[in-house]
Amino acid sequence: MKQLLILSGKGGTGKTTIAGAFIKLTDAKAYADCDVDAPNLHLITRWNAEPAKTDYYGLPKAEINPELCTQCDQCRQNCWFDAISIDEKYKVDPFACEGCGVCEYVCPVEAIAMIPAVAGKLMLYSDGEKVFSTAQLKMGSGTSGMLVTEVKRQMKSAAVDTGLAIIDGSPGIGCPVIASLSGVDMVLIVAEPSISGISDMERIINTAEKFGTKIAVCINKYDTNIENTKRIEEFCIKKGLPFIGSIPFDSNAVKAINNGQTIVDIDCTSGTAVKEVYHKTMNLLFEKGCG
Amino acid sequence: MPDFMDTGAINMRIAVLSGKGGTGKTLVSVNLAAVSRESIYLDCDVEEPNGHLFFKPEGIQEEEISVKIPKVDNELCNGCRKCVDFCKFNALAYIKNKMIVFDEVCHSCGGCILVCPQKAVTEKEKVIGKVQKGASEQVAIYTGILNTGEASGIPIIKKLLSEENAQASKQIIIDCPPGSACIVMESIKDADYCILVAEPTLFGVHNLNMVYDLVKLFNKPFGVVLNKCLEEENPAEKFCLENSIKILGRIPFDNELGTLNSNAEIAVNKDEKYRELFSSLLNTVTKEVQHETTTNP
Repeated sequence: MKQLLILSGKGGTGKTTIAGAFIKLTDAKAYADCDVDAPNLHLITRWNAEPAKTDYYGLPKAEINPELCTQCDQCRQNCWFDAISIDEKYKVDPFACEGCGVCEYVCPVEAIAMIPAVAGKLMLYSDGEKVFSTAQLKMGSGTSGMLVTEVKRQMKSAAVDTGLAIIDGSPGIGCPVIASLSGVDMVLIVAEPSISGISDMERIINTAEKFGTKIAVCINKYDTNIENTKRIEEFCIKKGLPFIGSIPFDSNAVKAINNGQTIVDIDCTSGTAVKEVYHKTMNLLFEKGCG
Repeated sequence: MPDFMDTGAINMRIAVLSGKGGTGKTLVSVNLAAVSRESIYLDCDVEEPNGHLFFKPEGIQEEEISVKIPKVDNELCNGCRKCVDFCKFNALAYIKNKMIVFDEVCHSCGGCILVCPQKAVTEKEKVIGKVQKGASEQVAIYTGILNTGEASGIPIIKKLLSEENAQASKQIIIDCPPGSACIVMESIKDADYCILVAEPTLFGVHNLNMVYDLVKLFNKPFGVVLNKCLEEENPAEKFCLENSIKILGRIPFDNELGTLNSNAEIAVNKDEKYRELFSSLLNTVTKEVQHETTTNP
């Protein structure tokens, strides 16, 4: 199975809009939303059936039993996350606790236990033919990278043998992005022609290059700033990265999204442009020597 | 010089967040900082910091931020693997009679150092990014930058948020990362007020709902700025009305503002109408904060 990951660095450039269109165009049998922090792909992929939901356990959280605690302060001194505080009793801030187990280890009276904690919800939509794996991280949770890995694992294990999987990524360059990059065959970067968008695009390309992943770039809303669009094209030429198309700003795209549709479900300029980007992406993904 | 908003002696820490990326957090943060009489702009979006591109700060000072990771002395290591078993993050492996540390997955908990019976594991510093300080007119700009390939920017955010304590009399605007995970929570922890920026799409509303839950969970006073407003029905506005959320202001979708913003220009310095828009927004927020401090001192 070839895996295509859609990333952007900057948020709001159109990752999910383009992922939704690709899924429709290729009639994808396997796809996933790895933006576990702010998942949106389910809003435009129209599944009627409810997904199978499973609790996702991140690392456990420490809990101090006040009955046993002798207030020796060892746990607080050894916690590198400053998760333990004294407020009459010793207590753990569950949001700061990363579940490393150091406090449990240093406690001389076994007053600390590591308690399993739900850190999110995994969801799997499936109709025997297609699978869609997604998840929602619990607020304030810090294990998004591990949840992303679970989302991809869930997709792969549920999918029937299929040639292509499409994965919608998250903004940024941190742990969820790094987790989503591992094992994919190609990354499509959706750039936006703004100074901020260019800066973020350079950072995400730099990150993806560290993983040795094949990269292609397209621009969304290219006509909102033609000069910056040219800069992105020049940047790609200089870096030797395939530049595979420009999608215009299109108010119909907003309308489609707000109706729960993809941009290729309706007749619009962005939908027409995304088809060309799709064909070029497929040519690159399936050309010899990739993956 | 234009007139700056007089926000009195009140020292506000305003966090700007959105859930979804690209809704206009930086647009709102940068322009609010620019209309304040004296302000500090903190860019906590350390994965993709962009505020500095607008301010183009001068007099840049840099400080590297590092975390502690284990260093193994293979002479002392006897291969007992206690550290490997202890590490919850799978950051250690014992391969071919040698300890291997996977730096990028290490969470810097110090556990391996504690459990090693041979004292073969010690700590060393690993640079993960930097904090840049500079100034642009009356705004002090602090930017956190995570190095590419690094997983977590939280230590950089912690450093950023501790920095501005020294200058408590200024207005502080915190430009947050997208999402609602640990990194956002860290950014809003000490904020007096949260501005949620929402765009009029189904995606925008879905993610607004998430940060709405987050600010409620942390009991933060908050209001919403509706960005990219069109004539058509605004699902984000509908959401606010249904949930009785205070709407602080509306920023129209207009090409002029879009072009200024995409060229990393500060709109309030380019056009009086945008200065009025953001001054009035800051005024509204100031009143909200003052109201909060009198009702919940």
